[in-house]
Amino acid sequence: MRLLYFAWVKEKAGVAAEEIEPPEHVATVAELILWLKARGPEFANAFAKSEVIRAAIDQIHVRHDAKIKGAREVAFFPPVTGG
Amino acid sequence: MIRLQQEDFDIGAEIANLKRGRSDIGAIVAFTGTVRDRHGAVSEITLEHYPGMTEAELARVEAEAHAHWPLQLSLIVHRYGTLAPGDNIVLVVTASEHRDAAFDAAKFMMDYLKTSAPFWKRENGPGGARWVEAAPSDATAATRWKKRAAE
Repeated sequence: MRLLYFAWVKEKAGVAAEEIEPPEHVATVAELILWLKARGPEFANAFAKSEVIRAAIDQIHVRHDAKIKGAREVAFFPPVTGG
Repeated sequence: MIRLQQEDFDIGAEIANLKRGRSDIGAIVAFTGTVRDRHGAVSEITLEHYPGMTEAELARVEAEAHAHWPLQLSLIVHRYGTLAPGDNIVLVVTASEHRDAAFDAAKFMMDYLKTSAPFWKRENGPGGARWVEAAPSDATAATRWKKRAAE
């Protein structure tokens, strides 16, 4: 699946987009965040305040308990500040 | 109709285009959001967005407004990229037979857009650069409409 990062999540993680294949036991957005945090200090820092981070699956806002199975694109970003 | 662009927009021209050839409209409301300097702290802002989802989300906002109010026409134009204080950021126009629907739908679209459209503002100024934090009042404003819809 394709992962996208925006705004300060992107800056802290040091990557804008990547292709990953998380292990089978990673079933939800929250579990994906935990798995990403374990990849290294940049990701641990980017997701340190994971409760404020918003997620979207295939360009639709989802909660952290959403299942990621079948997702083509998962995005992580701070609360939006447009308008 | 929704549009995402780097260029500025002309509010008068946008309204004229929207209502051209229509004689059944009785009320048009236009809201413009502009870049605000905070006492010299902001020299420019950069608006980042999520290409693809941004358009989808703006279209959802507009569709939701049409589902709740008898709108005849609507338009959302949102800019991205680097903007200076005083520059236009967003335009919402609504048109209906009577003013209440146009006023309420325009406010709803702005409130909903503020909490759902994937844009992020980064301010640049003499004190350095910082990501703008979401205002809790924006979430409250959006929730008010959800409550009203549920009633």
